[in-house]
Amino acid sequence: MSRFALQATPIDAAAEQARLGDDAAGACVVFEGRVRDHNDGRRVRKLQYQAYEALALAEGEAIVAEAIARHAVIAARCVHRVGTLEIGDVAVWVGVSAAHRGEAFDCCRRIIDEVKRRVPIWKNEHYADGESGWLHP
Amino acid sequence: MNYRLLYFASLADAAGTAAELRASTATTPAALYDEVARAHGFALPRERLRVAVNGAFVDWDLGLREGDEVVFVPPVSGG
Repeated sequence: MSRFALQATPIDAAAEQARLGDDAAGACVVFEGRVRDHNDGRRVRKLQYQAYEALALAEGEAIVAEAIARHAVIAARCVHRVGTLEIGDVAVWVGVSAAHRGEAFDCCRRIIDEVKRRVPIWKNEHYADGESGWLHP
Repeated sequence: MNYRLLYFASLADAAGTAAELRASTATTPAALYDEVARAHGFALPRERLRVAVNGAFVDWDLGLREGDEVVFVPPVSGG
């Protein structure tokens, strides 16, 4: 099973979390990144995510594999949405299971930070005033 | 040589297309970016981008080959 996925449909968080179950796991840490209604002082109406799919999948897979090896966790997975999202939708989901909570928290944090830094995915914000713009921070 | 270029996000908006077949005398991604940035009026300086050839990140001074797929990767904003 791939450990990083792009998905054009809503993320089923319960189903994703169930796949991380393991008798040796005493901890499961989940992060959900959600679409909020504001950014930089502007009202946001909706978002579009666009990915360079081939490279995003390779880079995402590498990030999760690196994080699993570095933090010695049992399992980890990340799913990122593409397409149009509304306020409150889950844009990115990260789940980690590990024997103990410390490595699970650290691994989850590393994955989301690296995904935001490295994976070729872009956000187009649509504002309440009708304007829109790609974010290139 | 002939290259296939893919554009994403603001670069696709500026180029007015998501893909382009381009004949060019450029032999490195750096020279090719300078050329297409002029042609399409890209505002992002090369220092803020990464470049991928045939689906993998590469150095800006890589030697390009006929038919390569080149993607200039602007700063990302996922998550």
